[in-house]
Amino acid sequence: MSDTHAHSVAFVRKTEIPPAPPPASQTGIVKWLRENLFATWANGLLTIAALYVIYLVLSVILPWLFGGVWNTSSLAECREVLQGRVGGCFSVLTERWPQLIYGFTYPTDQYWRPNVAFLFMLVAIAPVLFFDLPRKLLYFTAAFPFVAYWLIWGGSILVPIVAAVGIIAGYFVFDRLNKSSFAAGFFGAIATAFVIWYLGGFLIPEDQSGAMLSPVPSRDLGGFMLNMMLGLTCVSLSLPLGIALALGRQSDMPFIKWICVIFIEFVRGVPLITLLFVASVMLAYLFPPGTTTDLFLRVVIMITMFSSAYIAEVIRGGLAALPKGQYEGADSLGLDYPQAMRLIILPQALKISIPGIVNIAVGLFKDTTLVSVISMFDVLGMIRGPILASTEWNGVYWELLGFASLLFFVTCYGISQYSQWLERRLATDHR
Amino acid sequence: MKKSVFFGAATVAALAAGAAAAGTLDDVKARGKLNCGVTTGLVGFAAPDANGEWKGFDVAVCRAVAAAVLDDPNAVEFVPTTGKTRFTALASGEIDMLARNTTWTFSRDVDLKFEFTGINYYDGQGFMVPKDLGVSSAKELDGATVCIQTGTTTELNLADFFRANNISYEPVPIETNAEAQQQYLAGACDVYTTDASGLAATRATFEDPSAHVVLPEIVSKEPLGPLVRHGDNEWGDLVRWTLNALITAEELGVTSANLAEMAASAGGNPEINRLLGTEGNLGEMLGLPADWAVKALAVGGNYGEIFEANIGEATPIGLARGLNAQWTDGGLLYSPPFR
Amino acid sequence: MTTMTDPPKESFQLSMLLNDTRYRSLTFQAIAAILLALSIWYLGNNLIQNLRAAGLNISYEFLGNPSGYDINQTLVEYDSQSTHARAALVGILNTLLVAFLACVTATVFGVIAGVLRLSKNWLVAKLMAVYVEIFRNIPVLIWIVIIFTIMIAVLPGPREFRGADPDASMFLGVAAFTNRGVYIPQPYFIRGFGGVADLLLVIAFLAGSFFAVRAVNARATRIQEATGERPQTLWTNLAIWFGPLIVLFLALGLTFDVPALKGFNFAGGIKIGGPLIALWFALSIYTGAFIAENVRAGIQAVSKGQTEAASALGLRPGRVMNLVVLPQALRVIIPPLISQYLNITKNSSLAIAVGYADITATLGGITLNQTGRAIECILLLMLFYLTASLLISAFMNVYNASIKLKER
Repeated sequence: MSDTHAHSVAFVRKTEIPPAPPPASQTGIVKWLRENLFATWANGLLTIAALYVIYLVLSVILPWLFGGVWNTSSLAECREVLQGRVGGCFSVLTERWPQLIYGFTYPTDQYWRPNVAFLFMLVAIAPVLFFDLPRKLLYFTAAFPFVAYWLIWGGSILVPIVAAVGIIAGYFVFDRLNKSSFAAGFFGAIATAFVIWYLGGFLIPEDQSGAMLSPVPSRDLGGFMLNMMLGLTCVSLSLPLGIALALGRQSDMPFIKWICVIFIEFVRGVPLITLLFVASVMLAYLFPPGTTTDLFLRVVIMITMFSSAYIAEVIRGGLAALPKGQYEGADSLGLDYPQAMRLIILPQALKISIPGIVNIAVGLFKDTTLVSVISMFDVLGMIRGPILASTEWNGVYWELLGFASLLFFVTCYGISQYSQWLERRLATDHR
Repeated sequence: MKKSVFFGAATVAALAAGAAAAGTLDDVKARGKLNCGVTTGLVGFAAPDANGEWKGFDVAVCRAVAAAVLDDPNAVEFVPTTGKTRFTALASGEIDMLARNTTWTFSRDVDLKFEFTGINYYDGQGFMVPKDLGVSSAKELDGATVCIQTGTTTELNLADFFRANNISYEPVPIETNAEAQQQYLAGACDVYTTDASGLAATRATFEDPSAHVVLPEIVSKEPLGPLVRHGDNEWGDLVRWTLNALITAEELGVTSANLAEMAASAGGNPEINRLLGTEGNLGEMLGLPADWAVKALAVGGNYGEIFEANIGEATPIGLARGLNAQWTDGGLLYSPPFR
Repeated sequence: MTTMTDPPKESFQLSMLLNDTRYRSLTFQAIAAILLALSIWYLGNNLIQNLRAAGLNISYEFLGNPSGYDINQTLVEYDSQSTHARAALVGILNTLLVAFLACVTATVFGVIAGVLRLSKNWLVAKLMAVYVEIFRNIPVLIWIVIIFTIMIAVLPGPREFRGADPDASMFLGVAAFTNRGVYIPQPYFIRGFGGVADLLLVIAFLAGSFFAVRAVNARATRIQEATGERPQTLWTNLAIWFGPLIVLFLALGLTFDVPALKGFNFAGGIKIGGPLIALWFALSIYTGAFIAENVRAGIQAVSKGQTEAASALGLRPGRVMNLVVLPQALRVIIPPLISQYLNITKNSSLAIAVGYADITATLGGITLNQTGRAIECILLLMLFYLTASLLISAFMNVYNASIKLKER
């Protein structure tokens, strides 16, 4: 059949035509531009408007950024160097770098201590963030708070040791008693820890001048270090509290439920700044007469309360999102409440809540800048207070604010990127 | 106290039981540090320098007290306070004394239960305007926008002044001096008002101080002084007489140059002898060693020397003594006798 | 848990308080109650002792005393002889004002940015992503300070409008943008009956137009249902909206009080203070970034089939968004939107950084400074925010319930 056909036509191509390149408007960059930027008439206008906005922003920022001066010792000197051309006086950053990072009263020769603590923090946090790392590293994480406390505050090494011993002993007591009853273990552990702390208190010398690391009062902490410390401490403390509050709010016991509801709704109803006012002007009246508690601790208490209420709500969302079958399944296995929570419910609920918790943590970290309003010198407090008030740098705004923004942006953006990675990683529902 | 911070309420209570009964003086001695409340930063009065060391006129008073009590002018923990936190910080015992250009007023003394231990600076609220505004009197400020640094009694004086003169204004209250300057320099307000000393200190930091004038009107009395808690009279006496010692020393001609020589042995002037402890037992009455005033004076010299070093005419702030001269020079400084 | 049919006949033992599920919850609640009572007693006792030691008392009498300070932006009558309570009221109204304004604009910013972020235009989508990420990851306090600084540094001072050849000039000759605030013309009636009566008249006219337009539209729908042809109503509607209003304005003699430089400041017109603008803008643009994310999530939550079905029906992309996607996305968007509104209200307390006279700056700021009544002021402050938050969330929850998908 094919033969006859072949004879009946004049020409039959024996070879394939080489594929022709697609039309110029359908390939490469042109196609991409057409589809993504100038698909329709309105779209083209939008693109041009966006380009104009980008041009406006960059034309202001780039000359300022690249024309900057990095090595003068005062604003007047910097302006002299610039001689009227556009450029930032970034020398304020180089000159005041330690103040922006550590605050202005942290002893200069002790800067290595927060630096080491920061490195340790990275190591300690790594196994929490990345599950593939060896689990043994978690021991380091557990030790980190005590080491970091000692590094940053200095003073007698017995303080963190006694604190750690109290917690370890509490854990052993819990481990023992937990076999019979969770409640007994829980309260027993707390009691043990307190007894050890109380007794340990007598071991600690009153005079701390001979300590290996010279003591630094928490009033001397400042700069971005203070933001990081507040953020990290309060988030880690508020996690267990938040879980407890969330469970309390879900509880069948009306009294406990109502305490939790009132606490959560109260804290969520007021701005953080009023809570910080409480820390700075009111909380002192609630401590026993004759004692003083330093501002750092009072602020930590209030911020922890604040974030625990928000975290509780996130976790409550996670608890509510679990199918009822999980609760019933746990009951049918004969698990009691603590066991069911610990083994079945919470692991799942927390997994659901992770993105929410990370959001709260990022928000909280950003909110630590509010302490500048109550005369603590965090990075923003340093900028608005001592640095801008000094004769040398009176009038440098953009460089300092830009620097603070950059610090926060890098940290917070990093955390949120991590959270998205984790979300994908933990997704078990194979969608 | 660190212990109490980390070891739970039980330990706090245990420690507190020992500490609560004692007075502030014993607390300070036991602690080895004086907790002194200062501003968060006002150049000349109290501000950290580039190395983070507190410098200034109010700071010098704290250091003098620390030297008198603890024999160490550096045994001071400076606690920065805002207008809002300062009174609670003092009332709650977080600080032992407050030297934060705080105006002595009736209600603070009586209602808030504080004890002003004297006056270290006679101030008054003034106005600063740019020279090219062409204003020569505060009464010409009808309709002006006024930046106020909040905190002392500034807002109240301002309202009273404009009300009394029946002229209107727009207040812009600002928390920190740095931000007030920013707005004033950008022209967001026509006038900047705060204590005259603060105005001078602020003007000194400007790029071109001569482009701004401080108007002649002083609209209020602002006697600024250190204060302590009501009811602890021994401690109040100590702070009061340390301040008086600085003032008396200037009156009697005791300076840091001749201090060592005069303190070495009793001289011809019995009041100097009593002040410096070479005669009598004034120190003992305060519960301090006899040479307490010598130590206080050794820190920065007498009142006049402290003034000149921190805010005097030789400094960028350039304040004249004015009301703050000794009574013998026509000023208001008049210390009760050391007797 | 307890069954009434067959109660166990065993006698009560003490250990049952801990081990028997019937009694255990009671035990725990009792322990909690005791602990709570103890800690309240402990803190209260400390408070009383501390106050007694300092010789202070808790008293709200200061609220009735003259405040002695002036406030630059007030919605109600206020001067330095008014009471502290009045100053607090001024602050409350200012807080509500900035919160309301910021909620409205933040929603607008958020919806625009959220929709544009899903745009097919690569550049615009990326630009919106950058906006969202930059604003979400930098603290709001820094934004407030930055925007306030921009405003002060970039806008001219009133001084620069002066002289024969001024450095700055008014916008279209009627509005002045200065670093103290924006002055816009104020409308008023020459032949009016006085403030409130005029306003009521205008509102009455608007309401009349509204109902008339509704009647016209309803008639158009009836005709459409009957004949399939919808009569053109646009011009009728416009005429109904604007016709009577223009007649009213002409009758009352509408004039504008144009701000003019007088002495140190602009006089006349309406002044929107600089701190208010900075706070308003900072809060809206910051919260707008969060709302944009909520809107994006909401739109993405609408299943693709809905969009495809709408396209299959022949709707244009704009109408697909307006008629099909957004109404469904709204159900996902509203609950997080409520909490963003609450955040705006609470973040407005940062007004303290720019000198805007909100409740934190009056009651929690100057009043606290001047009277030294820290505990009282802060308790009142928290009470206000708590009430405001609860009211807003209650109101929004009612709204949320009303638009919720009615499932059968």
